[in-house]
Amino acid sequence: MKSYIKLSVTLLALLGAALPSEAAVRVFACEPEWGALVNELGGTDVEVYIATSALQDPHHIQARPSLIARVRNTDLVVATGAQLEIGWLPVLLRQSANPAIQPSQPGYFEAAGFVNMLEVPSSVDRIQGDVHPAGNPHIHTDPRNILLVAGALNQRLKQLDAAHADAYQHRYTDFAGRWQAALQRWQAEASPLQGVKLIAYHKGWAYMLNWLGLNEVATIESVAGVPPGAAHLADLLARQKVDPAMMVIYAAYQDGKASEWLGKKAGIPVVKLPFTVGGTDQASDLFTLYDDTLQLLLRAAGR
Amino acid sequence: MTKYYLAWLLPCLLLAAPMTQAAPMDDLQLMKEQIRQLQDKLEKMEAEMKASKSRPAPAVPVAQATIEPAPQVAQLPNTTRSDANAFNPQISVILNGGYRTFSRDPATFAVPGFALGDAAGLGDRGLGISESELNFAANVDNLFYASSTLSLPPQGGINVEEAYLQTLALPGGLTLKGGRFFSGIGYINQFHPHHDDFIDRSLANRVFLNGTFAGDGLQARWLAPTDNYFEVGGELLRGDRYPGGGAARRGTGSWDVFAKTGGDVGFSHSWLAGISYLDAKPIGRASFDNTGAVTGTFDGTSRMIIGDLVWKWAPNGNPVDRNFKFQAEVFQQREQGTFTNALGAVGLYNGRHWGGYAEAVYQFTHGWDIGIRHSRVLARNSGAAVVPGGVLDTFGFHPRRTSLVLGYANSEFSRFRLQLSRDQSQPLADNQFALQYIMLIGAHGAHQF
Repeated sequence: MKSYIKLSVTLLALLGAALPSEAAVRVFACEPEWGALVNELGGTDVEVYIATSALQDPHHIQARPSLIARVRNTDLVVATGAQLEIGWLPVLLRQSANPAIQPSQPGYFEAAGFVNMLEVPSSVDRIQGDVHPAGNPHIHTDPRNILLVAGALNQRLKQLDAAHADAYQHRYTDFAGRWQAALQRWQAEASPLQGVKLIAYHKGWAYMLNWLGLNEVATIESVAGVPPGAAHLADLLARQKVDPAMMVIYAAYQDGKASEWLGKKAGIPVVKLPFTVGGTDQASDLFTLYDDTLQLLLRAAGR
Repeated sequence: MTKYYLAWLLPCLLLAAPMTQAAPMDDLQLMKEQIRQLQDKLEKMEAEMKASKSRPAPAVPVAQATIEPAPQVAQLPNTTRSDANAFNPQISVILNGGYRTFSRDPATFAVPGFALGDAAGLGDRGLGISESELNFAANVDNLFYASSTLSLPPQGGINVEEAYLQTLALPGGLTLKGGRFFSGIGYINQFHPHHDDFIDRSLANRVFLNGTFAGDGLQARWLAPTDNYFEVGGELLRGDRYPGGGAARRGTGSWDVFAKTGGDVGFSHSWLAGISYLDAKPIGRASFDNTGAVTGTFDGTSRMIIGDLVWKWAPNGNPVDRNFKFQAEVFQQREQGTFTNALGAVGLYNGRHWGGYAEAVYQFTHGWDIGIRHSRVLARNSGAAVVPGGVLDTFGFHPRRTSLVLGYANSEFSRFRLQLSRDQSQPLADNQFALQYIMLIGAHGAHQF
């Protein structure tokens, strides 16, 4: 009996030692853009762990042991939602044994719930590929959505960490001001891109196309989530003669082979866009992400 | 709440759609007028909303990028949950089947020195479907998650493979699971076979765990609050499933404990390792040959240690185009008790068994992978029950099997495999060839590491 007590006391002591300090709100950001946003809004009051990198496909992440351990210790999970993380996040949440971050708890935040969704399918049939019933989940490709999400995230951070509410509000107001200014600058810079026709690798840019008034005439993936076949690539090339696109775009995490092949055959520039923070050397934070994206597009369009 | 309304609205709209088409021209006129009125109403409401400035317009036009500095969007309904519960419960069906050939008659399958369970064999020759799986899973409420997997064998009938509840909100990193579930011992045991990289389980898994070790009971797991993954768990089970049998100890005949740890090495590598101990007290545990005939029964104790290691590689942690997986498990088993053979002769039996497998699978391009697996088992049996030519006679032979697999996946939902195996479970080698398809219909599953 005595040894049991000793053992439990030792275990408890170990537990106490292992528990991280309570100073900051621990945030598990599913994608780099939300990690960067939480850092902007939370400053020193948050400790952010970013689960994926710009070189990883956010649809296909493995529920690795390291991620389970991180979710276990987190106060807030920031996900995109709209089923982007459906292949891995539900497992992490269930395996984490962390009641605070289960869906419906304040510790669980989905960005897609706070913006206007595009490409919401009227029917979900997988003959069209891996369709997301809630709409296109890549909402961060439009910087105006970042501001909408920032507003909601600010509320959530204040709710979770009421003691530092003023600091969050201050940082949010500051960020929103800088973002408004940047939006106006981007808007002016991007005006030559209005109506530019392009071919994308994956249907990942709906929000950016909408923002910049770009015209996506085709995608290299004939259906979402299935790699392109030779016949479809030939179709794209034939189409190029009739209705020429000005460039091919793909995200940093995607295999560029098919895009490069098509660009070479069609004689148009191929642009690897950062897609999220860290996707290129230049895109080191949220502001430079859109700076770099615009510069790359403008250069390819020759404007 | 909005979901609830949507759920009613959608069928109503669907019903209304064909009716509007069938409506005569006069009605069309009427409807146009109604729509116009609705539009007026909407515009009025929009104007009111703008005036109150309570929330930003949901769609911001391109030209007008200015957004109010503090949009109170937090109240917007969140309708985009990513947890596959858009339909509650999430339902998926897995269909699989294929073709098998064996150079030797599958009825003669045996592993010398081992008293096998009923699912250790490899099935029949020729064309055929395998068990179809039907899975229902959902969060029950804020405290519980439940999942049920029914398998439909091609001969007919329904088996309850898994039916369990799991807690979601226990404090201190604790998770309890209760009901019928695949045991957490070893690595591959807790997965359903459609997740595997090979068409069948390794020789060692089939010999030691009868394919899959499952049970009715309770599982408790504790996840350490550290940044490195460390989890311990234990299970108390009814004990009527191989290597247990007969639901000993008043229906708590088997128990096990396991510990798992894992992590990342750089961006491209990740690993998981575990050790497990299983203690079973079989009473009248029947063993079978591959025709389904009983070869004997065993009473006594069966104890097993399993060590497992999985190592995965993907360039920059992005497994979509290329990835590599190494997986290995080792088993050590000790069985002591009495064995009654098919003729009714009873004898003392003391068995020491070892075994394991190692496999490597490489996805060399999107959708295509190749793999190799080698598995071997070894028995040292003693006691009066070990009679020459009997089930427990090892013939001094080391059973082993090597398989090569080629897999193709068109999408995450359809998969095809071709597998070649050289099965040396017995002194006469058996060359095996198999083709398999796996189709997933329904909810998009999320898989464990």
